[in-house]
Amino acid sequence: MTQDDLIIADPKMRAQGVNVFYGDKQAINDVSIDVGTDLVTAFIGPSGCGKSTFLRSLNRMNDTVASARVTGKIELDGEDIYAPSMDVVQLRARVGMVFQKPNPFPKSIYDNVGYGPRIHGLAPSKADLDVVVERALVRAGLWDEVKDRLNESGTALSGGQQQRLCIARAIAVDPEVILMDEPCSALDPIATAKIEELIHELRGKFAIVIVTHNMQQAARVSQRTAFFHLGTLVEYGKTTDIFTNPKQERTKDYITGRYG
Amino acid sequence: MALTNDHTVKAFDEDLNRLRGLISEMGGRAEQALLQAMTALKQGDLDLAAQVVRDDKKIDALESEVEQLAVQTIALRAPMADDLREMIAALKIVSVVERIGDYAKNIAKRVALMDQTRSIEAIPLLMSMSSNVAELVHDALDSFAARDAELAVRVTVRDKNVDDFYNSIFRTLVTFMMENPKYISESAHLLFVAKNLERMGDHATNIAEMVYYVVTGEHMEERERGETPEESAAAEKEQG
Repeated sequence: MTQDDLIIADPKMRAQGVNVFYGDKQAINDVSIDVGTDLVTAFIGPSGCGKSTFLRSLNRMNDTVASARVTGKIELDGEDIYAPSMDVVQLRARVGMVFQKPNPFPKSIYDNVGYGPRIHGLAPSKADLDVVVERALVRAGLWDEVKDRLNESGTALSGGQQQRLCIARAIAVDPEVILMDEPCSALDPIATAKIEELIHELRGKFAIVIVTHNMQQAARVSQRTAFFHLGTLVEYGKTTDIFTNPKQERTKDYITGRYG
Repeated sequence: MALTNDHTVKAFDEDLNRLRGLISEMGGRAEQALLQAMTALKQGDLDLAAQVVRDDKKIDALESEVEQLAVQTIALRAPMADDLREMIAALKIVSVVERIGDYAKNIAKRVALMDQTRSIEAIPLLMSMSSNVAELVHDALDSFAARDAELAVRVTVRDKNVDDFYNSIFRTLVTFMMENPKYISESAHLLFVAKNLERMGDHATNIAEMVYYVVTGEHMEERERGETPEESAAAEKEQG
């Protein structure tokens, strides 16, 4: 396989020479990667390798960490997301995020999904909002399970349902990119399978980047895999190649369970 | 590729080592079956031939043992990269080795059908051919045990010799049959023996190709092959 096969023609996000520091400590070292809408990208690597840090730099979640500093360039549709003109609230609507533990608002299911569209002015009337909420819940595969109890609290749902609610919340504002940080690590296998199916459904509509410790999951849901180790991007390639014939010794040692 | 196993989960290493051990044993038995079948053929030793037929059951049993272990390892350990390639190769290699054992058994079964009072000039040629084949099988399995891609490539190259032997034996036997029509039955059996040996060589090549895949992750380029008598006969017919 040549490097040409790996080029993403029209990248949604493009990171070039990105470094992330926490105080004096460098957590990410010169990482460049493109993310496209048609391919799910998985970040794998041992704990502390920087994959979550890098993921969080893609929608400036690291801004909330006082000591964090990002250098290099990250572009969304060619626009520098760290430019002073960039509205961070808008950015996070365009680049949504789903976290490890489901974190619904302590509000109704309807409000969990409707909150974002309302504050971003995506639904002027109640009728518009109803449509947006329903569409997001349908896309997240949750509609049939909750349509008769939209006024119940989001926190009353099961863990898997809560996580799909969080995904519905993320897609309700019509983002371009969805970042998922270990979205299934707190879920049982059935709920996990539903999320994975959902990722499959959403591919092509949003650019999806998923961080996962579960290599089988990376293999199942992604088309591209990036292996991080000690803050560097060791290997990036087609998921099928990474899991059957990785080029780097460090990648091989990690995915075959020989690491460390 | 490193031969040392250092998986974090040690039980995985144990499974892999057991798998390799079983395949080595199976290969050793197949090689021995071939040598014994040929000795039986040369010396008209019916007891030895019967033993080859009996021992083939052990090879078959080893095949299913490896299959079970490989399936179990894939299910429980979810092997990746070179480990995964090794599992797939192990499954394919044992079915090939089992075939090699079957060919040896087939040769052994023909011993009883030969009239030992007659001598046919092709037999010494067959003996040389069989020692070539046995070496190929041996080296193919050695290349698996040692993860030696270069040795695997050499096996596929050397298979050409076996094909040449086959072509030469084919012509020798056809000529012999024309000159000695009453030996046709025996000669036909020897033709099958030669064909069995030629197929074993091809199987050794298959093993070598799998080893190459395990070690490098790439598929070996299709090698240049000499024409078999079947192919050259077909070509002649077309021209004629």
